[in-house]
Amino acid sequence: MPEPIIEVNDLRVDFPSEDGTVHAIRGVHFDLFPHEVFGIVGESGSGKSVTSLALIGLLAKSATATGSIKLNGEELLGKSEKELTPYRGKTIAMIFQDPMTSLNPVYTIGWQITEAIQAHQSVSKEDAKKEAVRLLEAAGISQAENRMESYPHEFSGGMRQRAVIAIAMANSPQVILADEPTTALDVTVQAQVLDTLKVALRETQASLVLITHDLGVIAGLADRVAVMYAGRIVETGTVEDLFYRTAMPYTHGLLGSIPSVDDTGQERLRQIPGAPPTMVGDVQGCPFAPRCPLRQATCFEVEPELVKVTNSESSAFHTSACHFANDVTLMPAASMFTDTSSADESEKTI
Amino acid sequence: MSINFGQAMSDVPMVDIDNSGLSEEIHGQWRMALRRFRRDRLAMFGLITFLTILLIATIYTFVNPAGWSELTTSFNQPPSWNHLFGTTGSGLDLFSACLKGAQQDVIIAFVVASISMVLGTIAGGVAGYYKGSIDAVVMRFVDLLLVIPLLAILIVLSRIFAGSGNSWWMIAILIGLLSWTYIARLVRAEFLSLRERTFVEAATALGAGGRRIIFKHLVPNAIGTIIVNTTLTVSGAMLLESTLSFLGLGIVPPQVSLGMLVQEGQDSATTQPWLFAFPAGMLLVLILCVFFIGDGLQNALDPRKSRSRA
Amino acid sequence: MLRFIGKRLVMSLGVLWAASVLVFIMVANSGDPLFDLKMNPLTPKASILYREHLLHLDKSIPERYWIWFTGVLHGDFGKTLHGVPVGPQLFTHMAVTMKMVIPALLLAIVIAISLGVYSATKRGRWQDKGVTFTSFLFLATPVFVVGLFLKFFVAIPIDQHFQKVILSTAGDSSPTATGGFFQRIPDMLSHMTLPTMTLVLAVFSSWVIYQRSTVLDTMDQDYVMLARSKGISKRRVLVRHILRNALIPVTTVIALDFAGLLGGAVITETVYSWNGLGLWFLNGVNALDINVVLAYLMFTATTVIIFNLLADLAYAVLDPRIRYS
Repeated sequence: MPEPIIEVNDLRVDFPSEDGTVHAIRGVHFDLFPHEVFGIVGESGSGKSVTSLALIGLLAKSATATGSIKLNGEELLGKSEKELTPYRGKTIAMIFQDPMTSLNPVYTIGWQITEAIQAHQSVSKEDAKKEAVRLLEAAGISQAENRMESYPHEFSGGMRQRAVIAIAMANSPQVILADEPTTALDVTVQAQVLDTLKVALRETQASLVLITHDLGVIAGLADRVAVMYAGRIVETGTVEDLFYRTAMPYTHGLLGSIPSVDDTGQERLRQIPGAPPTMVGDVQGCPFAPRCPLRQATCFEVEPELVKVTNSESSAFHTSACHFANDVTLMPAASMFTDTSSADESEKTI
Repeated sequence: MSINFGQAMSDVPMVDIDNSGLSEEIHGQWRMALRRFRRDRLAMFGLITFLTILLIATIYTFVNPAGWSELTTSFNQPPSWNHLFGTTGSGLDLFSACLKGAQQDVIIAFVVASISMVLGTIAGGVAGYYKGSIDAVVMRFVDLLLVIPLLAILIVLSRIFAGSGNSWWMIAILIGLLSWTYIARLVRAEFLSLRERTFVEAATALGAGGRRIIFKHLVPNAIGTIIVNTTLTVSGAMLLESTLSFLGLGIVPPQVSLGMLVQEGQDSATTQPWLFAFPAGMLLVLILCVFFIGDGLQNALDPRKSRSRA
Repeated sequence: MLRFIGKRLVMSLGVLWAASVLVFIMVANSGDPLFDLKMNPLTPKASILYREHLLHLDKSIPERYWIWFTGVLHGDFGKTLHGVPVGPQLFTHMAVTMKMVIPALLLAIVIAISLGVYSATKRGRWQDKGVTFTSFLFLATPVFVVGLFLKFFVAIPIDQHFQKVILSTAGDSSPTATGGFFQRIPDMLSHMTLPTMTLVLAVFSSWVIYQRSTVLDTMDQDYVMLARSKGISKRRVLVRHILRNALIPVTTVIALDFAGLLGGAVITETVYSWNGLGLWFLNGVNALDINVVLAYLMFTATTVIIFNLLADLAYAVLDPRIRYS
């Protein structure tokens, strides 16, 4: 196995809030290997965005992060803003969710890409500009030369996200973090932007941490996936592990809530009843237990550790935080959430 | 960075169409606001100080109704136990005068704020709800006061209407009639955005009339803005009134106000500094308290629009 | 953009005209400006009649307004009660007032923006709390209190201590000052320092609070996060990304407060006995000198309108989204 680029160990992030301390991340572990696409899925508030911000050191000042984030063996956590600057954009680059707000409205697209290039490369202004045009072209913007002088408000959402991807590519980083890169875009544009992302990965040879709630995107792009719930990773493995040998009822729930093309129309869209817990105060037991169809008494008492799934077909990466992980792998996904008590609630939904 | 932990997620479909908890929710918002206000140390300090000064002034002027105008036989005395704030050249007890002046200032400010709140809400509300020509008229008036210094207009008006021997309520009405535009502007903006919201459309579709929509649906939603800015109008009115009185165009003897006391005390400020320091200091403390209260209300009622905090 | 500015200008002029009518009617109806003159038994009847004729007091109010209005269109603001033309007086007094208003405006902008940005970067720390509290303190202090305090508890003690006038508290310049511009600089500084400071302290505080909150808002914007993720220096993020955007809204606020600055000048001139527009106006109001009052109001309003136009243009220069719409 190659050396991981990023090793995250027992990462915890707390935020102060009016109602008390919010435990946004409660002990996350994962490794990121070269040239892989690592997907992180979860609902809003599961901690997936916070994880990506922690990786690049952009958490809000009020947040406290503990644990360890190692980049090529070097500890990043606890480094000052100044000490992190050489890594940002150079080793790790980031793509944000909403391209409508992530470009500075008062500068031209060209200026913003050139700035990223000159942040880490000592090249002349002309060369930086030439490189910027090349990056824009690579990101799929036609007539890039003319587009350099455009302001963000003159670009469509898809074009802006391409420009953001061009910025991320600027210094051929080892890691690109993409936080819901297509969520804010029109469905028709989403696929194009994902293709651009693939081009960027090919160009830079970077690994991608892809944060999304869209399992379709994961299936199409990711090598390995982590499912986050209530600030922890509750299941991780290869895409095949998660889709075909699901070892956590919550993952089942997520899979069940995507409508599939071959739905007959008779079936209801299955949903997970209830809502994720607020992250204030301590958690006792499995945080998913109140919503879980398989809950037992122990689920409310002991929070399950993330342990290897021993299903014979599972890959070496497959882990799950469920007391009954191996039993879950044997269950057909379709049956789990259909006949729950909230059947009438789901009727309203559709 | 914002995290919405309480919110249901977008990826798992779930719709809450149960509306029965709505009034309870509004009730809860007020409770939350109260809790936030109570936690705001500066705002609580402002409120308590303001009320204490007012209480002392009320009790003192009630127990000793002539104290502020009675001349004593001690002239130009520095502060002492007999005369906490000292006495003036004509033998006036400055402590009594300051309390009476403070009371007068606060009364005027409250009258101004009431006028502004009523006029501002009605004018801004009508302009924002009906738009069109009513809106144009209101906004031109607002423009006028943005273009000419408010103080200059007040100087002219109080010279003409209050003249000499003016009464405090004339000053209060004049300031009130010119101070409502700020509230009007904000209420109008709020109404313009609120009227596009679905609950207003629903009420219109159900046949509710303009007045009903304004008072049942729009005003309750803009009430935070109205309360906060009415509080700020109180402090604005105190600033304006004291300035007019300082110029000799507001409260003049035999009435008393803090601005007037400062004006009278300024000539001997270097030799008898208490004559300047106490009325000026009291004025400053009162206005500062109102600012703190207003700021605390802003943070409590509308934390997102808050100016002074993070 | 230009159309928007044009529309605003036309509306402002309309408002201005309406204001002149209102003020004219009110002042004209509020008493006889020649009352004192008439009460004096020594005044010859003919002189009163002459004055009345000169000031058009013998005509009806609409006629008087028309004379005033057509005069203004030709740049003639009429005569004061003493028969002196108002126009030249307006400009001499304006020159005095601008000596404190313009330095105060520039200083207040620089101080407010730097303090606001500083305070925001120290968010929640004692420096931030100190700046915010001080701003509130000055926001709550009437201009005349600031002015009198500086006069009696700063200038006079300093002057007494050094046994000579270092900070002057009366007038905009010493009548005895002679020599060229450069020789008069010390005298000018001695007279201008405190009034300018008073005016700065009167207006800067609300701008500080506003600038601080705009910077804080801007800091949380996604594009600032993206800029930080590029690995550029903290300073560059602050200046090129945060400040560049946070300067846009404050221009409007400063422009809108310009009227308040001129109002503050009235008080400051009273405190420091500057014979500027403010005192001239106050005396005009007290004497019911209608042409002086109107000239002052029209002049300040026009200045404010021009200033707002400049702010609109500045906005357009700073924000490409406005520039091209």
